[in-house]
Amino acid sequence: MSPPLLTLTGTGKTFANGVEALASIDLTVRQGEFVALLGASGCGKSTLLRIVAGLTEPTSGSAKWSRPLETKSGRLGFVFQDPTLMPWASVADNVYLPLRLAGMNRAQAEPRIAEVLAAVDLTEFAAAFPRELSGGMRMRVSIARALVTQPDILLLDEPFAALDEPTRFRLNEDLRKLWRARGLTVIFVTHSVFESVFLAQRVIVMKRRPGRIASEIAIPLPDERDAALRTSADFGAACRAVSDTLAKATEAEAA
Amino acid sequence: MREAPPLGRVSRLLAPLVFGLLVLAAWEMLVRAYAVPVYILPGPLLIGQTLWTDGPSLLQSLWVTLRIAFAALAVAIALGLGLAILMSRSRWIEASLLPYAVVLQVTPIVAIAPLIIIWADDVFLSLLICAWIVAFFPIVSNTTLGLHSADRGLQDLFRLYGATGSQTLCFLQLPTALPYFLAGLRISGGLALIGAVVAEFVAGTGGSETGLAFRILEAGYRLQIPRMFAALVLLSLAGIAIYAALDRLSHLILRRWHESALPRER
Ligand SMILES: Nc1ncnc2c1ncn2[C@@H]1O[C@H](COP(=O)(O)OP(=O)(O)O)[C@@H](O)[C@H]1O
Ligand SMILES: [Mg+2]
Repeated sequence: MSPPLLTLTGTGKTFANGVEALASIDLTVRQGEFVALLGASGCGKSTLLRIVAGLTEPTSGSAKWSRPLETKSGRLGFVFQDPTLMPWASVADNVYLPLRLAGMNRAQAEPRIAEVLAAVDLTEFAAAFPRELSGGMRMRVSIARALVTQPDILLLDEPFAALDEPTRFRLNEDLRKLWRARGLTVIFVTHSVFESVFLAQRVIVMKRRPGRIASEIAIPLPDERDAALRTSADFGAACRAVSDTLAKATEAEAA
Repeated sequence: MREAPPLGRVSRLLAPLVFGLLVLAAWEMLVRAYAVPVYILPGPLLIGQTLWTDGPSLLQSLWVTLRIAFAALAVAIALGLGLAILMSRSRWIEASLLPYAVVLQVTPIVAIAPLIIIWADDVFLSLLICAWIVAFFPIVSNTTLGLHSADRGLQDLFRLYGATGSQTLCFLQLPTALPYFLAGLRISGGLALIGAVVAEFVAGTGGSETGLAFRILEAGYRLQIPRMFAALVLLSLAGIAIYAALDRLSHLILRRWHESALPRER
């Protein structure tokens, strides 16, 4: 087993307005793992991901990476829930941003921009502006931007929640391929049972008020996952197991 | 309730034109019917004639006034942008300086123009300062608002990728502030002209070169009312031209991405 990359111990977050978004989270993510965080909205998934990315500090406990986090040198990529694109910049310029902030000039960056745009199938749209794209295309730009620094850790916050199903399925498969090809470590936030099961090796089920981990479920599916898997009996069984756990977690919450 | 269908391009141009012509015709007819003396109210035909005969000399004066307005606008842009950026760098600086920008804004220019004219020994300079005071505030306040309006998600993104302060300013805050700045500029353009005219009124004489405001005063003293009206018409046309030019400029700059410049889809 590969060594732990991220360790959360007793991590909690209470906002200034008194909302306790997270309470004593214990979680370890290993190098090269694909982990899904699953839970209803408001259970603190985004907050947890922001703590992990260093965008906000926990108010109790700690979140430690086993090596220094360097976004600039390309270690970490983050895909927000919204595309979060600069409306005044073309697709290529939006994708260039992380490299530009790292001080790379445009000529040097060009091949990398072309590569990630090709990876998300947006080569012809390099000169387009965000408002000229559909929601799915904007999200793909956002993913290309996260990949352009060649990160080996990818954090995604419900990136496909707003997309139509065929697009979501395709991007799910692409993400799986990418994870396998590059040996990424992925933490993927979602509220969809099917998505978490299709993508992850391990699903962390969360519950609300305050946000906690209800349980962890290993997904016993092969590494090779394609469209055919979605209709297989194994996939159905895994989904049922996760779904039941989620239902129990939600019940416990209400009590 | 049914909304009225939107007007086409031609109708939108034609409607105000026809209305204006009707008003002018009524004006001309009333002036003739009641034989109103010219020194009280001249008819539009006479004003047009005066505009034709006195045009060249009035245009020269208009140019003097416009030069002051343009110079004031340029200074307002430079200092306004500079101050807004400075204030965006630190809450302390903003808290210390913004109240004085507001003081400048709420002080009636006619009240301080005499002081400025006394203090500045150069006429052009004193008029420029007056026009600048009037044109300055919309640029500062709008740009400041824009610099603070960067999208939260994009702010997070910049932080995540370790952007420096100046990178965030150049690549995030300034582009965000651009539409706000341009909106301020459109207001300031007209205000600079008004400021220049008001200051000329207070200054009375413009020394060797006299602006349009002085021409208006002069014509008033001599009861050359048609000439006065002609000068007023020129002044309004100049104001409209400045606004239209800045509006066009703003549209050209923003047309690729900003909501305000996008064609409405139906
Ligand atoms: N900046 C904030 N200030 C105050 N409360 C917040 C803030 N961000 C999130 N919360 C609250 O924390 C809880 C968890 O939010 P979030 O992490 O966004 O959940 P999720 O991503 O699972 O939907 C919610 O109740 C939300 O209202
Ligand atoms: Mg969320």
